[in-house]
Amino acid sequence: MAASIIHRVTGAGLSIVGLAVLTWWLLALSGGTESYDAFTKTAGSLIGKIVLIGLTWAFFQHLFSGIRHLVMDTGAAFELGINKTFAILTFVGSVLLTAALWWYLLGVAK
Amino acid sequence: MSIGQSATPLGKVRGLGSAREGGEHWLTERVTSIALLLLGTWFIASLLILPSHDIRTVLEWLHAPSGAVPMALLIVIGFKHALDGMKVVVDDYVHDEGNRFACNLVLLFLAVGGGALALFALARIAFGANA
Repeated sequence: MAASIIHRVTGAGLSIVGLAVLTWWLLALSGGTESYDAFTKTAGSLIGKIVLIGLTWAFFQHLFSGIRHLVMDTGAAFELGINKTFAILTFVGSVLLTAALWWYLLGVAK
Repeated sequence: MSIGQSATPLGKVRGLGSAREGGEHWLTERVTSIALLLLGTWFIASLLILPSHDIRTVLEWLHAPSGAVPMALLIVIGFKHALDGMKVVVDDYVHDEGNRFACNLVLLFLAVGGGALALFALARIAFGANA
């Protein structure tokens, strides 16, 4: 249940916010130094970072629950125990990957 | 022949479901999802591998075919997958037929328009002289 609705919510978030940020980033890049600086300044602000971290998590979560849906499309993993473990693993995986990625990106370890 | 009298199981379910159609849509959604699994991973890995995120480095990356081509695919397939997915959400939650048609029309225009905008920006980068 939870994994399924989260799949939709993260999908909608990636569709609207994710693609908007991607398009803005490309436009900013194509516009030259000034527009790119404006983008990186917004992206580097606190709110910008929160949005980007949220998008990273949404991407990984949608990716993992998407794989779960693909597996279930084949008729597999419908048993309650396996199904629940798989659902929990999608959350564990997405949170861990997001944390690792931003740990590296923000240079927390350095 | 009305629903329920069809000879085959497939004939019995055709036209049902909130979208009234959609075998192809369902399959496309899955095929694009697998493509995006690869392209999305490529995109994130590339951003991480880039030595710096200053404009020169990023432009150089997207100027080369090895950057521009997967990026173009990511844009086209990403917007297509987003459109297909959002259509499922609209079809499931917007029950009035007129509103549903309007929502899907807005979605289609947004996806095509947004995709075109992103592709145009990428083309400027890929074919531009400034990298």
